[in-house]
Amino acid sequence: MKKIVFIIALCVISFGKITAQQTPAKAQSEAITITGATAHIGNGEVIENSIILFEKGKITAIGANGSVPAKGTVIDASGKHVYPGFIAPNSTLGLVEIGAVRATDDDSEIGNYNPHIRSIIAYNAESKIVESMRPNGVLMAQITPRGGRISGTSSIVQLDAWNWEDATIKVNDGIHINWPSSFTRGRWWLGEDPGYKSNEKYAEQITELVDFIHQSKASIKSNTAENLPHLAMKGVFDGAKTLFVHVNTEKEILDVLRFSKENNIKKIVLVGAYEAYKVANQLKQNNIPVLATRTHSTPQQEDEDYDLPYKNAKLLMDAGVLVALQNSGQMERANARNLPFQAGTVAAHGLDKEKALQLITGNSAKILGIDSSTGTLEVGKDATLFISIGDALDMRTNQLEKAFIQGRDISLESHQTKLWKRYSGKYNSK
Amino acid sequence: MKKLLLSLTVICGILNSYSQDYFPKNDGVNTTNSNYTVFKNATIHTTPDTEIKNGTLVIQKGKIVQVGNTITPPANSVIIDLKGKHIYASFIDLFTNFGIEKPKQKRGSPFRGNPQYEASREGYYWNDHIRPETNALTSFKYDAKKATEYVKEGFGVLNTHMPDGIVRGTGLLVALNNEGTEGDRLLSDRSSQFLSFSKSNKSKQIYPTSLMGAMALLRQMYYDADWYAGGNATNKDLSLEALNRNKNLPQIFEAGSRINGFRADKVGDQFNTQYILVGGGDEYARIDKVKATNAKYIIPLDFPEAYDVSDPFMANLVSLGDMRHWNQAPTNPSVLSKNGITFSLTTHKLKKIADLKDRIIKAIDYGLDKKTAIAALTTVPAQILGKSNLLGSIKKGSYANFLITEGELFSKDNIIYENWVQGRKNIVNDMNVIDINGNYSLTVAGKIYDMSISGKPTKPKAEIKLGETKLGAKINYKNDWVTITFTDTDTTKTQYTRIVSSITDSPDLWSGKAILPNGAQTSFSVKKKLDESSEKKNKKSTDTKENPEVLPIAYPNIAYGNSQLPKSESLLFKNATVWTNETDGILTETDVLVKNGKITAIGKNLNDSNAKIIDASGKHLTSGIVDEHSHIAAAAINEAGHNSSAEVTIEDVVSPDDIDIYRNLAGGVTSIQILHGSANPIGGRSAIIKLKWGESANNLIYPNSPKFIKFALGENVKQSNWQSFSRFPQSRMGVEQLYVDYFSRAKEYHKRKTSGKPYRKDTEMETLAEIINGQRYISCHSYVQSEINMLMKVAEKFNFKINTFTHILEGYKLADKMVAHGVGGSTFSDWWAYKYEVNDAIPYNAAIMHKQGVVTAINSDDGEMSRRLNQEAAKSVKYGGVSEEDALKFVTLNPAKLLHIDDRVGSIKIGKDADLVLWTDHPLSIYAKAEKTIIEGTIYFDLEKDKAMRKSIAAERNKLSTMMLKAKNSGLKTQPAKKKEKQQFECETLETIN
Repeated sequence: MKKIVFIIALCVISFGKITAQQTPAKAQSEAITITGATAHIGNGEVIENSIILFEKGKITAIGANGSVPAKGTVIDASGKHVYPGFIAPNSTLGLVEIGAVRATDDDSEIGNYNPHIRSIIAYNAESKIVESMRPNGVLMAQITPRGGRISGTSSIVQLDAWNWEDATIKVNDGIHINWPSSFTRGRWWLGEDPGYKSNEKYAEQITELVDFIHQSKASIKSNTAENLPHLAMKGVFDGAKTLFVHVNTEKEILDVLRFSKENNIKKIVLVGAYEAYKVANQLKQNNIPVLATRTHSTPQQEDEDYDLPYKNAKLLMDAGVLVALQNSGQMERANARNLPFQAGTVAAHGLDKEKALQLITGNSAKILGIDSSTGTLEVGKDATLFISIGDALDMRTNQLEKAFIQGRDISLESHQTKLWKRYSGKYNSK
Repeated sequence: MKKLLLSLTVICGILNSYSQDYFPKNDGVNTTNSNYTVFKNATIHTTPDTEIKNGTLVIQKGKIVQVGNTITPPANSVIIDLKGKHIYASFIDLFTNFGIEKPKQKRGSPFRGNPQYEASREGYYWNDHIRPETNALTSFKYDAKKATEYVKEGFGVLNTHMPDGIVRGTGLLVALNNEGTEGDRLLSDRSSQFLSFSKSNKSKQIYPTSLMGAMALLRQMYYDADWYAGGNATNKDLSLEALNRNKNLPQIFEAGSRINGFRADKVGDQFNTQYILVGGGDEYARIDKVKATNAKYIIPLDFPEAYDVSDPFMANLVSLGDMRHWNQAPTNPSVLSKNGITFSLTTHKLKKIADLKDRIIKAIDYGLDKKTAIAALTTVPAQILGKSNLLGSIKKGSYANFLITEGELFSKDNIIYENWVQGRKNIVNDMNVIDINGNYSLTVAGKIYDMSISGKPTKPKAEIKLGETKLGAKINYKNDWVTITFTDTDTTKTQYTRIVSSITDSPDLWSGKAILPNGAQTSFSVKKKLDESSEKKNKKSTDTKENPEVLPIAYPNIAYGNSQLPKSESLLFKNATVWTNETDGILTETDVLVKNGKITAIGKNLNDSNAKIIDASGKHLTSGIVDEHSHIAAAAINEAGHNSSAEVTIEDVVSPDDIDIYRNLAGGVTSIQILHGSANPIGGRSAIIKLKWGESANNLIYPNSPKFIKFALGENVKQSNWQSFSRFPQSRMGVEQLYVDYFSRAKEYHKRKTSGKPYRKDTEMETLAEIINGQRYISCHSYVQSEINMLMKVAEKFNFKINTFTHILEGYKLADKMVAHGVGGSTFSDWWAYKYEVNDAIPYNAAIMHKQGVVTAINSDDGEMSRRLNQEAAKSVKYGGVSEEDALKFVTLNPAKLLHIDDRVGSIKIGKDADLVLWTDHPLSIYAKAEKTIIEGTIYFDLEKDKAMRKSIAAERNKLSTMMLKAKNSGLKTQPAKKKEKQQFECETLETIN
């Protein structure tokens, strides 16, 4: 611990002169107008040479340049691009700082049925990883616990805040279930064949989950505070919370559909759902959205198309399913800043670029239930947006000049830019 | 002891064929049986290729004394007439653990807790898994029950061993003579030596943890044995003494798969030892390479059962490769045979010994010649053991181990009647039993019943009908007496009629006593019906037998494999944007000509009438991507059993059939360095390969490959992130001293080696000496600046240079020192925060290093990200403003320079290898896809071809699924659908071998 304190102290001393990286921006005090940019609305539409006006944190006008008079500070963004802030659903940002250091890990709790466990209170708004999202345009995230059959309750935050309360966009937005796997992997250390085989306990595990749902419903009716996990499920039945079901294969997805109907779940979202494209029609008919498996991943089966994960979201979108990207998996926090490039990859593999943008903006907001306030560049919504010199879905041109969260002009510096400048300085001074 | 005496009596009394003159006898008079047993009128298959019709076989005292067709039996003969019957030599199985129990494995991850680094034994080799001193006899207990199972299938002799350890010691050869003594049965107590790549269950000593470690250990063991044999060792080493003693025995290596067979063979060749390889049943898929080993094979017959694909969700799990193997595996023996490879067959891996016949018949249905099958169980194993004079054929002087059969061996209806072992008869099926199968009319108490008897002649089943009513019937047939009990037509009553009769030589008509339900006794008669249908049926079944459909193999034999290896072509790219990586920079609307695998011309308006024209208008042509740090296409990554593993090499474990090769090609990757992992400060040697999809491991490896070794620093080598506290070093301080220690020793070693004095060849020291002498380059896994600085200082102390720091996430902090030292950096574009030591990793790292003059590359260490290395390079434009031309070099020319292969690849330059990628778009753009990936003029990936393959994969899967469903519906056994695990390796992956 001493060591860490020392390092932090050192940082403060060394970078005293560089302006306020970690410091959240002040509330928007005067109107801001961005003119001349190509505005990517986040719903598939584009306005070339646009004007975007926002006041008190909200977008008050957007249209063709000249359609409304500029107001307040005017930023000329001719030749540049404006995007709604990107959203990272199903993320553990701020819950874990350094994966391998247990003391910094707060993303999962013991026990198997933990709907009452709330991620938001452990969210570290001052995480170095969180601030590294912003320079790439990722400005919002759903903070999601991990582990168990029911991991807990997620909340949605914006990524420039003093603390978790300030960060909150939507508290307790959803409960996350890890659906039983229809397959198991052999445990090689017990001498088992390490391959995949049918999970003999699959049905039993679903029954257990359904029992928990039934028990929860019963407890909620009695309305006594005896059983926190049961009571925490209330929102799932009255529609206040979305049920996020982390699921993988075709069969499991079909089972989730049945489960959802039989248990009268109001809002359900599939997370991962690698084989969702195989049952896209059913998903469409039942209005079930999907947060797709990480685009930058390898196919799960040897025989599959090499680009299946790259085009997975496209297949769903083509079939009319509401779909957005998420990035859970190895090194998910640090890599969340690559979300725009995952959307770009889907575009590379056949999806229209503006539609690909929806995968990390408008669609994500709809799926997370925050589309009334964010997700697209539309009047009345939060001015959570940024200006990029070029196409923000391509790393070659993703260069942010300015970013705003709820109209606040946020810093695009980070621990990493500080080190860059510091060591560039080392060599320049020599 | 009493028991033993008793059994001795039994033998002398009954068999009387063993005169053991010098054994005192106290329980009676000495009796010697010198009588002959003579088998007459048989077709004697003296070898699989030779037969004597109407032959006579004479045996005495457990041995064959005469065989021929003009033999007059001696007077003191017992004569057995075998008219119409056949005699074959009994079978031999070279690979069993008959009578020997495999020690139980100690469970649990070997990496948890404090692993055991030292040997458990004293006076033996330093590694517990080398056990050449094991004599299987000490653990052997003759298992009469199991022996009977073998005897029933036709075996007379088994070679058995202790299936435990890498070197397993000597096995023994035992005859399946249940009534004999150990002294009779034991044909050799040191028949052969056994080896494998699996560790001993008797010890938890952690080294080796990997396949390549096992290979390195074997090599070192042979060097040490030489050293020991030269009398140079001061210590007693019972293992090495035994190894030297066992040198001239047949060496049987349990490889278990085709590719592990190649690996074992490679080790053996190095030490002039030709192993006999126990194969995996998948030899057929690369038969030319199998032949090239020059090894004799022992082949299991565990053809996979069809996967149960009736549940389409589950069916999804089964890969095309596994489906094909199901379809093709039964051809394995026949393919081996047709390619002139000497092999014997084994029951090893069969669930039941009794499955042998069916499997061999299946192999015969799939093209195996019957005679070859018989040879593989008789003459070949005898010859492998060097015991052809005693075993495997019917000839004078051989053991009287032979089968009496009804017809030809491995014809479907053949019956083995007797299996004689060491002159002792074992009845498998009573050959004197009178076959009563057939349809009869049974007349009893005025009623005429229809009766049909079928099934095994010794254990028939009866069906009795009165008119159309089927009655309950039980038959018992033993010692020529038949009793039948059947029920009445009135099923409401429990009443039985019983009949009993003796069967004589004319079984078509029998009669005897019947007891009616009311207890009255009367007589009955049974008359056989004239019946032709059964014979007809037999004929029909042979006529309609289809030849099984076998699908062609591919290179490699999994999805996306090519039906033939692709060939190098002359190619002319027209009007491409060419990223030369040379002083010419980026040339627009330029043509590039490829001939004989090389780039032969770059310019405008090139022509070549023989070349295939590729219109590259609007497209970009770059040199192939080079990944400095990859872990795909390898069967092992970490040898974590020691803090230095310089003796291991990834070249030993290259896996050419890894789908990730194809996927990397689809991302434009053409060359990779497969690095050892980061489990120890001194890792293993690298393999630098080209992704020539479909080629063998050897053909992937660069010819005259530059020599590399992986080093590692930081958290992994001090084992910070897993529970292991007993291995030095546990801190960065210790890491430095470890290096100093090893290099000092290597220096001393080299001095001694070059001094002319005798020295013990030490692979680890040889490798380290190469580093000091500038013949081998280090690529060192590294994160924080302190340790990076340290390693450069250690190298400087020993007068060599570190070649590459890989990962090098804090390279930006000491780029100046790196330039001064002359080391390159191969880093991630933007990875960080996954462990403490990457806290200060920044995506600007590559840009800063590059700007300071470090030769900078961007690598993957990840089988997914390697498919997008062009995009990772593009991030250097975003983070730190590197020019696009330089950024592309981060994944092409610069890693080629770091790997010392830039004279061959890395840029588009006349004379260099034509390793090229045609991109659909700007190669640094997220929107670019590799359209064609070319290595030495051969197109290994093509978007259009990929599309076609997807269709053919779907079609072939469907076809094989239908075939498997058909197999299931025809009543064949199936196995549940499952997926083989393919591990994605990265630096930290700790794999393990059992």
